[in-house]
Amino acid sequence: MNSIASRFASTSASAAISRDEEENQVAASMWGSTGGFGNLGQVGIPSFEIPRVPDPTNFLRMHTDDRNDPSCRIKIQHGTTTLAFRFQGGIIVAVDSRATAGSYIASGTVKKVIEINKYLLGTMAGGAADCQYWETYLGIQCRLHELRNRERISVAAASKYLSNLVYGYKGMGLSMGTMIAGWDKTGPALFYVDSDGQRLKGDLFSVGSGSTFAYGVLDAGYRWDLSEEEAQELGRRAIYAAGHRDAFSGNTVNLYHVKEDGWKFIGNYDVTTLHYEGPGNVPGAVPGGYGYDVRTEGLHSRGAATVA
Amino acid sequence: MSPSAQAPIRHDFNPYTENGGTILAIAGADFAVIAGDTRQSEGYNIQTRYAPKVFRLTDKAVLAVNGFAADGNMFVKKVKQRLEWYRHAHAKDMPLHAIARLIQTMLYAKRFFPYYVYNILGGIEEDGTGAVYSFDPVGSYEREACRAAGAAQSLVQPFLDNQIYFKNQQAAPGSPHPAHLPLNQVLALVTDSFTSATERHIEVGDGLEIYIVLAKGRNSNELESLKGVAEVTTASEAIATGERLFVLRRELKKD
Repeated sequence: MNSIASRFASTSASAAISRDEEENQVAASMWGSTGGFGNLGQVGIPSFEIPRVPDPTNFLRMHTDDRNDPSCRIKIQHGTTTLAFRFQGGIIVAVDSRATAGSYIASGTVKKVIEINKYLLGTMAGGAADCQYWETYLGIQCRLHELRNRERISVAAASKYLSNLVYGYKGMGLSMGTMIAGWDKTGPALFYVDSDGQRLKGDLFSVGSGSTFAYGVLDAGYRWDLSEEEAQELGRRAIYAAGHRDAFSGNTVNLYHVKEDGWKFIGNYDVTTLHYEGPGNVPGAVPGGYGYDVRTEGLHSRGAATVA
Repeated sequence: MSPSAQAPIRHDFNPYTENGGTILAIAGADFAVIAGDTRQSEGYNIQTRYAPKVFRLTDKAVLAVNGFAADGNMFVKKVKQRLEWYRHAHAKDMPLHAIARLIQTMLYAKRFFPYYVYNILGGIEEDGTGAVYSFDPVGSYEREACRAAGAAQSLVQPFLDNQIYFKNQQAAPGSPHPAHLPLNQVLALVTDSFTSATERHIEVGDGLEIYIVLAKGRNSNELESLKGVAEVTTASEAIATGERLFVLRRELKKD
């Protein structure tokens, strides 16, 4: 761990950022027999080009922050609901799949659960690229840890690696709110890590613009001794609630279950289908829609729109 | 008041502009179609009626770039350079999924000084399937079946959702929606998307360039009957054994 410690001994991000006047000159390693990929196994943080202006952070914010300036040019994808909770049978991870750029729905099929390796999952909230890139990078470092130490990395260590990494860029405009979930020698473990440098261990988290709605469902239904089926249904129902009430969340639910032998993808569920018909014949689910039936039962107007 | 007594004037560094236009890509079962209009504008001025936004990377990969043209051209140049180095090192073309990851790392390397470009990568995967990858300016990416980006994104994407993914359409009993459309239908959808976008968006028009990538061994019958199609496969042996690449050029309205 010494190499890691020394690398993060300096909290200044500028150490990782090349301001070399000749940074655009191509290093010899870029075009030899490795074709530009010779640096993959080396320890080190990739270098980033930064604009040569007095305040690079302000420059980035001016061009990318669509919350303060909706007319800014570069719209980075935002908006999310993600949740994860620990229980007797492992960890449930559930997310929505909507990406928004301003008020435009840029995608309804985003994979917000990042499969770091067989035993580790990361969730995506905030900047899509920040989460995707750094959690993939974390996957590389976890594999190197495995090769060097002949042992899988603990969830605590992996999440701390990520939080130290993003802390090095604090104040520079990274935006991520992520949960790292996995199973290690201590059992199921769950951590919340964000780009402010916060890292929390816990049993239940929800992150994103729809998190308040998800927490509402989650807190009402959560118990440690939930059965596996009940737990999966709770995760699904909570993301549905957020997708229904939060304009920046929705489209579909992706559900994962982390167990001792690694994570398992449970399924993808359309939020609209969940509203009217429910998840279908799924263990743990009550027949019928999550939203429509309970609100229209016994009303004369029920189904009026569908009558020809 | 003397000039020296005035408060200093702050000039923001604004290296970006928006050059209009729209790009679009659709993946089929064993082909991919990548298209873009050729108008380049700044504000209400048309700078040129022919500035390509779609580029051949290899015989099985095509990249469309939209947003700030200078950044886009520079980015394509650098991607091509990395692919050439890969070819020298490995004596083969980089697989499509690897090009997608390369583009992510290249975009993210400028996370703090982004390329103002939206990229769509289309081509044939190693398993022979057609694929489309779409990127945001700082490198988040996803494999999809179809994607529109640029000025008329909000006009074209809903049309594609309806016609490709059959969103909000009920299938007739006993005949479910097809997972992939045939090439001639896809080409018709692409031309219709661009003629319609030209009608309703001022930054779209002039010309249309459609690249078509066919998987190994796939027949090119549908293309031979079309006029304005040219084969641009570079490796001569690939025409018999490998992926094949075609360009279809069409005129769009110029007003």
